[in-house]
Amino acid sequence: MSNSVPGSAGVIATARLIAAKDLRVERRSRVLLNQVLPFALIVMVMFAFALDSDAVLERVAPGLVWLATLFSVLVMVSRSFAVETGDGALDQLRSAGVPATGIFIGKMLALMVQLMVLVALLVGAAVVLYRAHFSWAGGVLLVTTATAATCGLAAVGTLYGGLAAGAKGRETLLPLLLLPVVAPVLIGATRATESAFGTNGIAISEGWPWLGLLVVFAVLFSVAGAVAFGPLLDE
Amino acid sequence: MNTSMSKHSPRDRVTGTPFTRGLGVVILAGITLLIILAIFVSPADVNQGESVRIMYAHVPGAWLAYLAFVVTGISSVAYLWKRTRSLTWDRIAGASAEVGVLFMGISLVTGSLWGRITWGTYWTWDARLTTTAFLFVTYIGYLAVRGLGGTHQQRARRSAVLALLAVLEIPLVHFSVQLWNTLHQEASVAGRGTDVEMDGLMLFTLFLGVVVFTLMYVWLVLHRQRSLALDDMLDDSGLDNALTARRAEAQGVAR
Amino acid sequence: MDDAGFIFASYVITFGLVGAYALGVIRRARKSSREVPRDERPWL
Repeated sequence: MSNSVPGSAGVIATARLIAAKDLRVERRSRVLLNQVLPFALIVMVMFAFALDSDAVLERVAPGLVWLATLFSVLVMVSRSFAVETGDGALDQLRSAGVPATGIFIGKMLALMVQLMVLVALLVGAAVVLYRAHFSWAGGVLLVTTATAATCGLAAVGTLYGGLAAGAKGRETLLPLLLLPVVAPVLIGATRATESAFGTNGIAISEGWPWLGLLVVFAVLFSVAGAVAFGPLLDE
Repeated sequence: MNTSMSKHSPRDRVTGTPFTRGLGVVILAGITLLIILAIFVSPADVNQGESVRIMYAHVPGAWLAYLAFVVTGISSVAYLWKRTRSLTWDRIAGASAEVGVLFMGISLVTGSLWGRITWGTYWTWDARLTTTAFLFVTYIGYLAVRGLGGTHQQRARRSAVLALLAVLEIPLVHFSVQLWNTLHQEASVAGRGTDVEMDGLMLFTLFLGVVVFTLMYVWLVLHRQRSLALDDMLDDSGLDNALTARRAEAQGVAR
Repeated sequence: MDDAGFIFASYVITFGLVGAYALGVIRRARKSSREVPRDERPWL
C-alpha cells in the first residue's frame, strides 16, 4: 500500500510534515491557547472549590495536575482528528499512499508538544494555586516525568483518536476508550510528581521507579501505535 | 425471494440446533443441581461460615469471564491473520466479549456482596479487583466500537486491533495498580480471613459450578454468534428487501 | 443461615441476568431471522 506511489515521502519525512502542519494549524487557529488552556485552568480552580482545604489541596496537587491533563487530552485528541476528518483529509492522505506510520508519528509529536505546554502551565498553576513546592532538585525528575508521560498520552491518544475518527458518536466514545488505558500514566505520573514536589515528605529518589513505568508505557504504546495505525485506517 | 422465506412458527428454529437444545436441557439440570448443592447441601466453611456459598457462583463466573476475553483475543488474531481471515472469527470475538462482559458484571456484583460479608466492605483497591473493573470497562468500550458502523470488514478489523490493544493494556494496568498498592497502602484486606478449607463436597460443588458456567458460556456464544450472523446477512440483503417483506407482512395482517 | 439475603441475592442476580440475556439474544435473533432465508444459515 504505502509504496504504491513512486517517490512517496518516507516515514520520517511524513512525520515531520504532519507534525509541522498540525502545529501550524494550532498557531493560526489558537485553539489550544484560547480554549484548551483556559479550560484546564478552570478545572484546577474547580478542584479547589470541591476539595475546599489548603492542606488537602497541597497533598493532592500532583494528582490534580495529571487529572486536569487527562481531561484536556480528551479535548485535544478530538480536536486533532476533527482537523483531519472534517474534509476527509485523512482518507485522502491514505489514498495518496502516505505511510500510516508517518501520519501516526507526526500527529503524536504535534500532540506531545502541545501537551508539554499544557503540563508546564498546570504545574505553574499548582505552585500558585495549591502551594506545591517546586525545587530545582526535583525539576529534573519533573521534566523527565512530564516528557515520558506526555509521550505515552500522545501515543495512546493518537491511536484511539484514529480508531474513533470519522465515526458517529466518537466524542462520547473517546473518553470511554481512552481513560481506562491511561490509568497507568495517571498512577505513575502522579507518584513521580509527588516526589518531585516533595509532597508529604516523599524523597525525590522515590520517584524514579515510577518514571520507569511511564517510559515502559510510552515505548509500548508508541510501537503499538506505529504498527496498528495502518490497519486501523485502511479500508 | 418471498417464496424461499419461511414463515416462522414460534417452534421454528432460529439460532438453535438439536445440539444447543440438548445443551440447554443439560444446563438447566446443572443449574438446579448447583443451586441445591451450593445453598442447601454443601457445608459452611470454618473461616467464612455460610458466606462461602456465594463462591460457587462468583468464582466460576469470574473465571469464565477471563476465558471469554482470552477467546476474544484469540479470535481477533485469527481474523487478522490472513490465512484464517473470516467474519465468523470476528463474530465469535464479538459474541464472546459480550458474554464476558455479562459474566464479569455479574461477578463484580456477587463479589462485592461476598466482600461485604467477609471483609465488611463492598470494594477494596486490591490489584486483582481493580484490574477486573478496568477489564470490564475496556470491553464495554470494545463493544461500543463494534457498534460504530461501517462495513463488516471495517468493524472486524477495527475491533480486532482494539482487542489486541486491550491485551497490551491489561497487564500494564495490573502491574501499576499492584505497584501503587504495595508502596502506598497497607496490605489489602483481600486474602485476609478468606482462606477456604475445601472438603470433598465443596470442591465438587465448585467443580460443578465451573462446568455449568462453561456450558452456559458455550450455549450463549453459539446463539449470539448466530444471531450476529443473521444481523450481518440482514445488512447484506439490504434495507429494501427488508422493507418489502415488512410491508407484505403488514398487509397480510391487515387483510 | 447467616447472610441468607446476600447469598440468595447473588444466585438470583447471576442466573436472572444470564437468563434475561439469553432470552434477549433469542428474541433479537427471531426478529432479524424473519427477513433472512432459511437456507442461508450454515448451522441449520
